[in-house]
Amino acid sequence: MDFLQPRSWADALAARAERPDAVPIAGGTDLMVDLNFDRRRPGALLDLGRVAELREWSVGDGAGGGRTVRLGAGVPYARIVDELGDRLPGLAMAARTVGSPQIRVRGTVGGNLGSASPAGDAHPPLLAVGAVIEVESAARGARRIPAADFYTGVKRSALAEDELIAAVLLPEAAGPQQFCKVGTRNAMVIAVSAFACALHPDRKAVGTGIGSAAPTPRRAPEAEEFLAGELDSAGLWDSRGELPETLARAFGERVAAAASPIDDVRGSAAYRRHSLSVMARRSVLWAWTQYQHDLRKAA
Amino acid sequence: MSTEAGTRTTATSSPGRVGDSPLRPDGTLKVTGEFAYASDLWHDDMVWGVTLRSPHPHARIRGIDLTGALTVPGVTAVLTADDVPGENAVGLEHADQPVLASEFVRYEGEPVALVAADHPETARRAAARIRVDYEVLPAVTDPRRAMDEDAPAVHRPGNLVRHLRLRRGDPSVTAPVVVSLDVEVGMQDQAFLGPESGLAVPAEDGGVDLYVATQWLHVDQRQMCLALGMPADKVRLHLAGVGGAFGGREDLSVHVHACLLALRTGRPVKMSYGREESFFGHVHRHPAWLTYEFGAERDGTLVYARATVLLDGGAYASSTAAVVGNAGTLGLGPYRIPNVAVDAYGVFTNNPPCGAMRGFGCVQAAFAHEALMDELADAVELDRVAIRQLNGMREGDRNITGQVIDSAAPVAELLQIVSELPLPPAREDGADLRSLPGSVGNTTHGEGVVRGIGYAVTYKNVAFSEGFDDYSTARVRLEMTGGEAVATVHTAAAEVGQGLITVEQQICRTELGVERVVVHPKDTTVGSGGSTSASRQTYVTGGAVQAACAAVRTVVLERAARILDRAAADLRLDGEKIVGASGEVLTGLSDVLGEDAVEETAEYRHRPTHAIDPQTGQGDAHVQFAFSAHRAVVDVDVELGLVKVVALDTAQDVGRAINPDAVVGQIHGGSAQGMGLALMEEIVVTDGHVRNPSFTDYLIPTILDMPPMQVKVLEYADPHAPYGVRGVGEPPTISSGPAVAAAVRAACGKPLRRVPIRPEHITGT
Repeated sequence: MDFLQPRSWADALAARAERPDAVPIAGGTDLMVDLNFDRRRPGALLDLGRVAELREWSVGDGAGGGRTVRLGAGVPYARIVDELGDRLPGLAMAARTVGSPQIRVRGTVGGNLGSASPAGDAHPPLLAVGAVIEVESAARGARRIPAADFYTGVKRSALAEDELIAAVLLPEAAGPQQFCKVGTRNAMVIAVSAFACALHPDRKAVGTGIGSAAPTPRRAPEAEEFLAGELDSAGLWDSRGELPETLARAFGERVAAAASPIDDVRGSAAYRRHSLSVMARRSVLWAWTQYQHDLRKAA
Repeated sequence: MSTEAGTRTTATSSPGRVGDSPLRPDGTLKVTGEFAYASDLWHDDMVWGVTLRSPHPHARIRGIDLTGALTVPGVTAVLTADDVPGENAVGLEHADQPVLASEFVRYEGEPVALVAADHPETARRAAARIRVDYEVLPAVTDPRRAMDEDAPAVHRPGNLVRHLRLRRGDPSVTAPVVVSLDVEVGMQDQAFLGPESGLAVPAEDGGVDLYVATQWLHVDQRQMCLALGMPADKVRLHLAGVGGAFGGREDLSVHVHACLLALRTGRPVKMSYGREESFFGHVHRHPAWLTYEFGAERDGTLVYARATVLLDGGAYASSTAAVVGNAGTLGLGPYRIPNVAVDAYGVFTNNPPCGAMRGFGCVQAAFAHEALMDELADAVELDRVAIRQLNGMREGDRNITGQVIDSAAPVAELLQIVSELPLPPAREDGADLRSLPGSVGNTTHGEGVVRGIGYAVTYKNVAFSEGFDDYSTARVRLEMTGGEAVATVHTAAAEVGQGLITVEQQICRTELGVERVVVHPKDTTVGSGGSTSASRQTYVTGGAVQAACAAVRTVVLERAARILDRAAADLRLDGEKIVGASGEVLTGLSDVLGEDAVEETAEYRHRPTHAIDPQTGQGDAHVQFAFSAHRAVVDVDVELGLVKVVALDTAQDVGRAINPDAVVGQIHGGSAQGMGLALMEEIVVTDGHVRNPSFTDYLIPTILDMPPMQVKVLEYADPHAPYGVRGVGEPPTISSGPAVAAAVRAACGKPLRRVPIRPEHITGT
């Protein structure tokens, strides 16, 4: 097995093109497990750890007047927690639940996307904020894939054979975001189910992301439209009045209905669906309370 | 972490004696990652051995084609059952398990063939090229069906390993208050640090030296000699660095396999399991199905108990019969019960073999008798501490086998202590996520969270029971080295992380009055140290070290008496001096010893135990009993079924704490392991297949799952035991889990008759 270690993004793309048998490795927290268990023996490992550009994040103007964070694919979770909690609160909350401190120092959002496991902790907040994945190949250059289109099946993604993940583009939070994850112990656990929500008061929209409860991470579009519509028709976006518990509950039920969970050793399908309804209800109430509080803070 | 040991007096202020807490030599090394585990063994010119295992729970082997493996470059040997020179059968109590499967495989993961190669990956790839022609057979995987007439026989003549029948008093008596329940306990793994590893080195005399992580060198040696067809002087064992054991290293793992490969290749052979293989490479705690009924007076006084216990032994006997013995004789807990009927069964199935694990049959039973005791409390409207105190065993009582409890039995006092310990403060709004169920998973900010409190108490036999000749050997040598007196203690008793090395040193210092004590590497050149299990080593090997020291001291003092022309009885050894009755220094140890070394070997046996009557289960089956009680406080998110253990406090009688810090460490660890079984630890087996053989999905408690503990240690010396010690390691594992389960039930108001309690049991989804 060869070990390729490009020093620049251009070299990395070239190596990816030349060696279709090479598997990219970032933090290695997924891939090394596969190697150690002898599940994979790729012809080469393409180590992206020396590509400095991947380990940077920056803020620029985004579409619609907001600001956008360009998060390099190789920024580890520990730095997301430390550096981006204000701009990307949902992703930072998810990052905090990843593995152990040691894993958070190694693991990256790019790696999570590369593995495309339905249980990846980063996926639900990416979906909830409408993140865009920037990928690139030496032959065709860069292209952008909305997160909702990125996941194509269990551990499969829209990434082409000759492409690498460069960055994730996420709008800076315009409203409160929440992330919840159920596991059967209180740390270092793979999600039994996970849920992210984001309030977008700027466009009176609600974003959602579901993890570990379908073949891929997915949104709950009907729940998003339902809640945003109800909030709008009750004038709550502007009044910032109380979010009725019944509305939160109905939202939770719609989120649960959007899932297609299975029974497995980590949990039952019925529990996954139930836990999603609870997490969605609670988290949207927390987000709404924050939204109300934000106004008081502003006033 | 708040801890407190009871009052104790020490004979001397010199550090490192009995009653002090000298640091263990392996502690810092393990924390810093420098400890040499068995998996770190290395030998120039060594090759690597791997095991090919059965993918089927039950199959007939029609043929094995080794061609594919033999043609892989780098492969030095490929072995099957045909290559086992001695008996192709090993086993702790019954030699029923093939070294390598010949005609049948009886569980998923059973060893079928071995490969040695110059690189572990080469060996694995070669093993994957072995073609085994299996005829898959019907498997019995539900132990409740194992004794049905139409169940496939795992072994001839049938699937019953042991039935223990116990009757006491009038089993048909009736009572005004009757409570009953069914409880199910899942399969727990020992999950020790340092998966199975060993290095076999062929010797010039035709024998073999095996360096291995194990719990009992001599019982390994006995089985290995039979399988290898070699005498004991040719099969020499040396203890390698052990991370932990908890019963999972009582049965053989790499032992015979590595030696077979070493003897065949003439080269040192290392075998080292990864974590996944480890799940298939050792026995587990028996899953259990328990049906219990208590009858009581209206005031709560127990009139009778009836219990049926079924343990799934899996494919081979291992120690199932002894576990049934414990579940039967101790399975009603530390209570006074005049009329008793217990039937405990262990059965064969095509599931993973089960055997020894910390708590050994008492753990499963405690979940049942403690849940039922809560039911009884509710039925007679007593609180849950009072019901246990009312029925708790006292010194001088007879237990359900008719044996008199002839030392302290402080059931009521232990419960009183834990019930009076300060409770944790109420949960505050805006509490740190890490203090809430679900932790940083951010699943609740207090919504749905209900607090519950639960109590449990247990008693556990210490050392081996039912007439087993249970002894330990110690050799102690005293000599002057470089002007300093040095004692060397040599036992074969395995240090598996519990702190025995430190205990051996403390006893030598205390008995011989010297500071420097060298612990000789553990090996089979000294007599058996018995098993490091059943909470027995400080008691039994400690007793042997004390006896060997006494023998050395006798020789030294007699020699001094001759030199000094005094009576030996008037002399003492202290601080490298011979002192008189009033402490006056008479001469130096160096003057008495000169260039000579004094070396003595002693065996120590605890009081004999006895077989129980096969019809009634009556008899003095056990030598000592250890008692502990726990109080658990939990916060349960009843809507999501997630649990945060807020407090897990305990009181335990240890007889005498040889090393108080180590005692508290054992109690912490045991409590965590019991809590793990209550809430998360389970090997999930479906149709004979293990579904979660990894630490990704076999969850053990982390630091965010284990609360700080208040530990109260009582020291009621057992007059029959060396220094008054009482075994420590197991009781915390037994009473912590049922206390946690009770607290969860109290919080959510559901019966929860199965452990581990999963979130969906609490939510009902």
